[in-house]
Amino acid sequence: MSLQFSENKLKKVNEIISHYPEGKQKSALLPVLHLAQEEFGNWLSADTMDYVASLLKIEPIEVYEVATFYSMYNLKPIGKYMFEVCQTGPCMLRGSDNIIDYIKDTLKINVGETTADGLFTLKTVECLGACGYAPMMQLGKTYREHLTKEKVDAIINECRQNAAMNN
Amino acid sequence: MGRKLLLEKDHVENIRLYDVYRREGGYRSVEKALKTMTPDQVTDEVKKSGLRGRGGAGFPTGMKWSFIAKPEGVPRHLVCNADESEPGTFKDRYLMEFLPHLLIEGLIVSSYALGSNVTYIYIRGEYAWIVDILEQAIAEAKNNGWLGKNILGSGFDCEIYVHRGAGAYICGEETALIESLEGKRGNPRIKPPFPAVKGAWDRPTVVNNVETLAAVVPIINITGEEYAKIGVGKSTGTKLLSACGNINKPGVYEIDMTISVEEFIYNDEYCGGIANGKKLKACIPGGSSVPILPGNLLLKTVKGDTRMMNYESLSDGGFAKGSMMGSGGFIVLDEDQCVVRHTLTLARFYRHESCGQCSPCREGTGWMEKILKNIEYGKGKISDIDLLWDIQRKIEGNTICPLGDAAAWPVAAAIRHFRDEFEWHVKNPVECLNRNYGLANYAEPLQVATV
Repeated sequence: MSLQFSENKLKKVNEIISHYPEGKQKSALLPVLHLAQEEFGNWLSADTMDYVASLLKIEPIEVYEVATFYSMYNLKPIGKYMFEVCQTGPCMLRGSDNIIDYIKDTLKINVGETTADGLFTLKTVECLGACGYAPMMQLGKTYREHLTKEKVDAIINECRQNAAMNN
Repeated sequence: MGRKLLLEKDHVENIRLYDVYRREGGYRSVEKALKTMTPDQVTDEVKKSGLRGRGGAGFPTGMKWSFIAKPEGVPRHLVCNADESEPGTFKDRYLMEFLPHLLIEGLIVSSYALGSNVTYIYIRGEYAWIVDILEQAIAEAKNNGWLGKNILGSGFDCEIYVHRGAGAYICGEETALIESLEGKRGNPRIKPPFPAVKGAWDRPTVVNNVETLAAVVPIINITGEEYAKIGVGKSTGTKLLSACGNINKPGVYEIDMTISVEEFIYNDEYCGGIANGKKLKACIPGGSSVPILPGNLLLKTVKGDTRMMNYESLSDGGFAKGSMMGSGGFIVLDEDQCVVRHTLTLARFYRHESCGQCSPCREGTGWMEKILKNIEYGKGKISDIDLLWDIQRKIEGNTICPLGDAAAWPVAAAIRHFRDEFEWHVKNPVECLNRNYGLANYAEPLQVATV
């Protein structure tokens, strides 16, 4: 197995495990999967999941069944920036349908697809607890709220600039 | 201007930081509880306060605490439910984001009452930045001696850890939350045994909502008796409401449960009226799971009384003519909104969030979504409306956890109150596709229904 957390990340894993009773290190699975996803390309490959299983001394199947249950774990590669646009009732009332259509038209992708340059993925999600600030999307660790077409344009530009700077 | 207990200080600059929070009187309840009260006395105060669980079910908190088993030598745990995921609800997020120390303070006092030496905050995974805020607040509290060993020389030890979920509405259900805390899929457990006897790692566990635990702070500060004087009847204290949808001022408001629904919607102190000068059509007053009410039944009960923003008044009339306080997620629909489309988004939500354990919920939520989609997109039949009614009735009460009920109720209430709109969709398929619903016909906000 070629995957390996850095020393710092391993320390973090052990610290997380220490939050739970002795012998119950499986409880650390959700937080450790978040760490693994961040570390190994923003998605969970079978190799990544097997590595997490070995760290927590549990069976790989125990990791797979959890990874497939929760919506935040990506089971295939995604674009560098994933737009997760909420489409549930309260956001719909404030025009999320139009925002989703606008992103589709602007990026020329459908929901669930990634742009050819690998920069953007569009995903629709269910209620993220930002109903009073609708329409909204999640982008990485942040919420982008009160979305308008102009704001979507600005976010796309911001991502493109960030990507250009990092290259 | 109603009395504020939780958000009293939310306007104070940098209240998120320990020094400011402490200067404003923070952590007094910990001093009072740990230095002058026994754990049972703290529980008694909470009982006297009449505080009811703020997550949605409204179960008396003090009573829930008194159920916790205390077998010799077995650790007990308090778990704070911060998995806020009910559509329309974003009050806990507000509280944690702007007043993190209020929650931490409430957690310490509650942990003392329950004898929890290790307490967890289970937070929904999407609130990633709030995890950082909470962890910083916990570190500050610990550095200042409010957490750790022998707090204030009381002999009481307590640590608080944040456990981040990963996207699953069902984990707001307490036994699913416990499964998830144990690193498993969020499949609810069959009760009994209740968590108070066998919870996390088979240890006695109490799971309480964020707002509930924050409310313990003012209860200890002013006494349970004083807290119970605020509000009306069994709706004691203050309640956070998160208002959204087609209103002028979406946001989080603290009310003392003595104001009317009409005042809450139209007063500038709260929602500030319907956006864009439109008329009120309907409202879901307590989060997406509770029944939707048309404007007329929302503002007045069937008896013609003014409907108030409290547990009893909102449920006056039962499910046929009333609704519920629920989680306080207040969703307002203006005259242009389509109830069928809105119900479809909720049905899709519940299909997406069903854990799949019980077949009535797993299959039923999918069928409801498909049928609603057909009706919404002009492919429905009149018999589909009865079929929907039949399916929701067969889900309700036939599942391990309340997600089945939560999925059934919105569909039932939408058909009950807006059947004509469903029929209109079936009879006018072309207009449906053009999204031209002719909805103004349905907005009759201020007429009182005749029984």
